[in-house]
Amino acid sequence: MIWAVLVAVIAVPIAAAAASPLLAWRSPVYIAAGFAGVIAMAMLLLQPLAAGGLLPGLSAYRARRLHRFVGGALVSAVVIHVAALWVTSPPDVIDVLLFRSPTPFSVWGAIAMWALFAAALVAALRTRLSWRPRIWRRVHTSLALIVVVGSVVHALLIEGTMETVSKVALCALVVGATVKVIVDLKVWSAAARRDMKR
Amino acid sequence: MTTDRITRRTLLATGGAVAAAGLSGLVVPARAAGLAPTRSMRGGSNNYRPDAPIVERIGGGGFWMSGTVRRAGDGAPLAGQRIQIWAHTTEGHERDWHSHGATLTDANGVFRLEMPQIVPAFGQPHGHLAYDSGEFETVFLRPIMGSSKDKSLEAHFVLQPV
Repeated sequence: MIWAVLVAVIAVPIAAAAASPLLAWRSPVYIAAGFAGVIAMAMLLLQPLAAGGLLPGLSAYRARRLHRFVGGALVSAVVIHVAALWVTSPPDVIDVLLFRSPTPFSVWGAIAMWALFAAALVAALRTRLSWRPRIWRRVHTSLALIVVVGSVVHALLIEGTMETVSKVALCALVVGATVKVIVDLKVWSAAARRDMKR
Repeated sequence: MTTDRITRRTLLATGGAVAAAGLSGLVVPARAAGLAPTRSMRGGSNNYRPDAPIVERIGGGGFWMSGTVRRAGDGAPLAGQRIQIWAHTTEGHERDWHSHGATLTDANGVFRLEMPQIVPAFGQPHGHLAYDSGEFETVFLRPIMGSSKDKSLEAHFVLQPV
């Protein structure tokens, strides 16, 4: 049941974007850029669910593998998103990366992108960093929270290929799932360890 | 037009302020004496292609870009000024050559050029305009449409003599 809802929640916004009239007036590279962003937004919903062990039928180990895999896929999707936008209109992307773009949503997107890269980096270097688990979790979770807030504001402010209702619903679910998992796992509580699903 | 972050709201507010300033300029001519030059907007020059040709219309038309060109200080309308226009439309991307065109202001300093329908690109339905002919200081504008269904868009220039 949860899986069926999840598949629908992820598939509907992508399908709705695929029906956007804007696509008729865009080059294939620009379309790919948009879809990389839409798919990344949909994948973002899986991350808190996998991290919090909320996906039924998945062992803690499998859930953690999924979280890691989706994290890598998210980084790839964002790289494709930015690279394809760069090909479509280099000056607009340079403005965004230098934080001088006239469009406010792009700043949120850039912040979310750097937070995503940082979250992925601390995950990749986890054993080498040898931070205390609680510290590592707080850093990774804080970065993830920036990714979620930045991405949601970024998506909501854009007038693009995403259909409005499915976009707002997906964003609400991403925020809801993230908040629930952070509260459930008591990331910021000293007595969090008994809940650790590792 | 001096705001750094141009959103629809500030654009509307600025547009309203410009309209109000224009009206009050008519009522109280003394105020027009200090008319400040228009500053370039952020991102205004993106995908600019210098020397776009003067055209009857860009592509198949159906959408109107219009505005005025006045001189800073006294606000006198400037005739025969070349304004270059480009946008992401139903017929092409901003950087495509066929998306670019130019027109001249009439005796009242008014310009008007028909072009294809502007569609949202990079998150906002917007157009680009340039004054870049040398006699006055160069200005790049990037006005945003209130709604992507609009069939027209305006942009106004107050130019500073070089």
